[in-house]
Amino acid sequence: MTLGATEASPPDGGLPSEHIAETAEAKQIEGRSLGQIAWARLKKDKVALISATLILLIIAIAVLAPLIVKISGFPPDQPNFKDSNGNDLLDTQLGGIPAGGLFGSGMSSEHWLGVEPQNGRDVFARLVYGARASLLVALGGTVVAVVLGTVVGMVAGYFRGWVDALLSRVMDILLSFPTLLFILALTPVIADRAQSTFGIPDNNTLRMGVLIFVLGFFGWAYLARIVRGQTLSIREREFIDAARSLGAGPGYVIFRQILPNLIPTLLVYATLIIPTYITAEAALSFLGVGVKEPTASWGRMISDASNWYEGNPLYLFFPGAMLFITVLAFNLLGDSVRDALDPRAGRS
Amino acid sequence: MFNYIVRRLLQMVLILFAISAITFFLFWATPANPALLICGKDCNTERIAEVNASYGFDDPLIVQYGRYMSGLVNPGGRELGSEGSQEHCSWPCLDRSLQNGLQVTDSIADAIGPTFWLATGAAVLWLVSGVLLGLLAALRKGKWLDKLSVGLALFGVSFPTLVLGYLLVFVFIVKGGLLPYPDQANSSPSAGLVPFFQFYILPWVTLALVNAALYTRLTRANMIDTMNEDFIRTARAKGLGERQVVFKHGLRAALTPIVTIFGLDLGALLGGAVITERIFSIQGLGKLSIDSVLGNDLPVVMGVVLVAAFFVVFANIVVDVLYAFIDPRVRLS
Amino acid sequence: MSTTASTEPVQPSGARDASAFLEVRDLHVRFPTDDGLVRAVNGLSFSLQPGETLGIVGESGSGKSVTSLAIMGLHKGSRAQVEGEIWLDGDELVSMRVEEMRRLRGNKVSMIFQDPLSAMHPFYKIGDQLVEAYLVHNDVSKAVAKKRAVDMLDRVGIPSPASRYHDYPHQFSGGMRQRAMIAMALMCDPRLLIADEPTTALDVTVQAQILDLMNDLQKEFNSAIIIITHDLGVVAQMAQKLVVMYGGRVVEAGDVRDIFYRPEHPYAWGLLGSIPRITGGGDRLKSIKGSPPSLINLPTGCPFHPRCDFRDKVPGDACVTDVPELLQIGGTPHAARCHIPSPERQRLFTEQIKPAL
Repeated sequence: MTLGATEASPPDGGLPSEHIAETAEAKQIEGRSLGQIAWARLKKDKVALISATLILLIIAIAVLAPLIVKISGFPPDQPNFKDSNGNDLLDTQLGGIPAGGLFGSGMSSEHWLGVEPQNGRDVFARLVYGARASLLVALGGTVVAVVLGTVVGMVAGYFRGWVDALLSRVMDILLSFPTLLFILALTPVIADRAQSTFGIPDNNTLRMGVLIFVLGFFGWAYLARIVRGQTLSIREREFIDAARSLGAGPGYVIFRQILPNLIPTLLVYATLIIPTYITAEAALSFLGVGVKEPTASWGRMISDASNWYEGNPLYLFFPGAMLFITVLAFNLLGDSVRDALDPRAGRS
Repeated sequence: MFNYIVRRLLQMVLILFAISAITFFLFWATPANPALLICGKDCNTERIAEVNASYGFDDPLIVQYGRYMSGLVNPGGRELGSEGSQEHCSWPCLDRSLQNGLQVTDSIADAIGPTFWLATGAAVLWLVSGVLLGLLAALRKGKWLDKLSVGLALFGVSFPTLVLGYLLVFVFIVKGGLLPYPDQANSSPSAGLVPFFQFYILPWVTLALVNAALYTRLTRANMIDTMNEDFIRTARAKGLGERQVVFKHGLRAALTPIVTIFGLDLGALLGGAVITERIFSIQGLGKLSIDSVLGNDLPVVMGVVLVAAFFVVFANIVVDVLYAFIDPRVRLS
Repeated sequence: MSTTASTEPVQPSGARDASAFLEVRDLHVRFPTDDGLVRAVNGLSFSLQPGETLGIVGESGSGKSVTSLAIMGLHKGSRAQVEGEIWLDGDELVSMRVEEMRRLRGNKVSMIFQDPLSAMHPFYKIGDQLVEAYLVHNDVSKAVAKKRAVDMLDRVGIPSPASRYHDYPHQFSGGMRQRAMIAMALMCDPRLLIADEPTTALDVTVQAQILDLMNDLQKEFNSAIIIITHDLGVVAQMAQKLVVMYGGRVVEAGDVRDIFYRPEHPYAWGLLGSIPRITGGGDRLKSIKGSPPSLINLPTGCPFHPRCDFRDKVPGDACVTDVPELLQIGGTPHAARCHIPSPERQRLFTEQIKPAL
């Protein structure tokens, strides 16, 4: 028997720990996929459970808004000037601020969170409907951004060459745009365009569609960069070579082989941008380019409240609190998802 | 290095050019009739035709774009057409407002000051507080200080700027009376330092909170990652004291990525902090842009977008060059 | 490995080995994680004389690197739980305070890390990193330290050391970086040098040069060396003594020649069988079936039993129920941890294993 000479041993060691049948013991601990591990961690994470419950609750409020408002009794855009006893809700002498009620906001057993000054709209109903605008725009924008970013990133990373060069330049330019300003400037322009060219009335369906499109369109480039980088490295892995040598086309490889490996990244990115889009919707509506009157949006409510809050900060408090709770819940869940998917977390 | 900077500057010009074209064609293609804004109240079809002819709104878009760009490319600026008279617009010419007829370059020059003070002050605030808190949290990982800062950061990230701004105004100005109502005259340090700080302190806090929270998280995460690096283990294996390990070996590597992000965030803010400016009635670029957007004042919108894009792209270059100075791997490759 | 009776377990039951420069006694290292307690090292014992080289081999996860970090005291302040004793030149390291340990690190005991690119700070010049290592333990001027650094770079064979002093790690080639790493470890003339996979990242010719360099330097400085590797070729070239680790325990220990020519543990047979040989003909390389054990759920009894081909040689369920003791073989320092009696193991090796090698 000769001793293993240095020249004869492979550079990264002679031990054969790779090609192997799994033992039962190993299977118990190591045989779980990343998804299973992440799920198990999430289920143990109290913060994740609480924030997920909160989010489901807010989604339920948004979906069931018409039902809830039926129970509370006042539609969100209906002006109210008298209560059921025929008393004035608003004090015309004082510029239309609510007459009485708890904290002078018109709160009563009929109007649970009071009424707005001047037009007497029910604050509770507007708050409930505001959840719709917020979630619809944020989730819609996220879907657009994630789909665009994933497809463009994968295409750039998979085909490389001039396709990659072209798409990467587009990403560079998009990332150099002053995004908020541009969204601000573009939203009314697109709404006008759609109205004049396609005859779509400038109502709130259109406005929300435009918001979703604009937020998504300016949000994909960053994700595309990440996806491109990951695709570049995934496509060098052996299972891709194997699939291609068996005759798999680019479409199959991209969507069946690369995409599943990107899912953790996409999940983390999506949970990161949902709260920023909720904030963005509120900001745009606040600035007057988002959701229009009379549709309720938390951003609009804050904007309206800015005229009255010095007298009664409750008008600011309700939409502000909803916005804060929603964003916080998504941020908390996002953190938990990211930690759960991070193979290093909790191990080092 | 010199070649690299020149190449990046050329790239910047190209990107700005692309942005100008995209912006122009998107905005000028709107059906909003610019002539209507100019001719004002007693408008009739003849007047509109007159305005269209003298302002050149009748020309094909590409001609209008060429004319617009000539004011930016030509060092002598260009002549602005108007009814019966010509007006010289010196370089860099960004055309003139449809609403008030003022040259956009002048309006922007007036608005840059307040935005500059607002953005830089807030940037200092969030950088210092974010990095310090993040660092402390990372070094006390798992202890109460860490948990507190993680909680604070999450709170800060989730606190909407619009709510925070009004909340601060309500507490400190309306109810507390601790600060005076904002007076535009105090928006530059020449008004005296005390009024200047009184004017900006709330806007700075408002603008800085979200980023301070983000920077806390970023610093903490970077520092924790760095302290798990092999070279930190090497530093300990050399027998270095923990203080030297943290401050000489850890901090430098952990803060490098933050330089990048800080430059980009500041660059983006110099284009205007729309919400904060609106809440505190600061006459900056953000206020200018939202006013022009709501007023359909396309030349002003176009001008603000270009200036903001310039800041973003320029910040990109500054950051890349700075990064090369910090990281020898970039500088010497 | 230095007791005498042939059937005595080589456990730290008795007195310390006074002549040993380093003695590790019943070392345990555990890491609490979300998935459970990772038992990385479970009752490890070995010793080392000055000027001697000890090889530690084993698969990934056998506890080799964790052991070396324990000797350096680098688990202090982390979540790792370290128990047992590590005696270095009369000092016990496990219970030593961090500040005292810090004075030994890089000074009396130093370490060469596996991947010099990530183990050196990317932002500081190579020379400055060497100087720093010297200045921590020596109260001299920067100029003296700098001269020392240039000397050491020269000594490890870096051409024009005075100018390479000013380079950054990424400007060095892999082999040069490893040389610089060695120079850094040797700055303070350490009495014990731990090399964790020092050549794994290098190509074969550079590997040989680095090993030669370490051999030369050892002769010059009379340091004790621990070389941690999963490459038996490196051990053959460098070490006099060898410890084979499996599942955080020693499964076989002794002189390198004993273990290479007369291995007694089925795991060691597997290791030897998996070395490619020029003389080996056209057969496929043999691999050890199965994968390394989970350190959270260590198999009961002998941790190697799920992968062992020779369980039928042990009557009953001993392999599954009892951890075999590390027993010496015929009064030599050679010891193995296996339920099969030694004569039977020797027979199996000569009849079944050796011919196939």
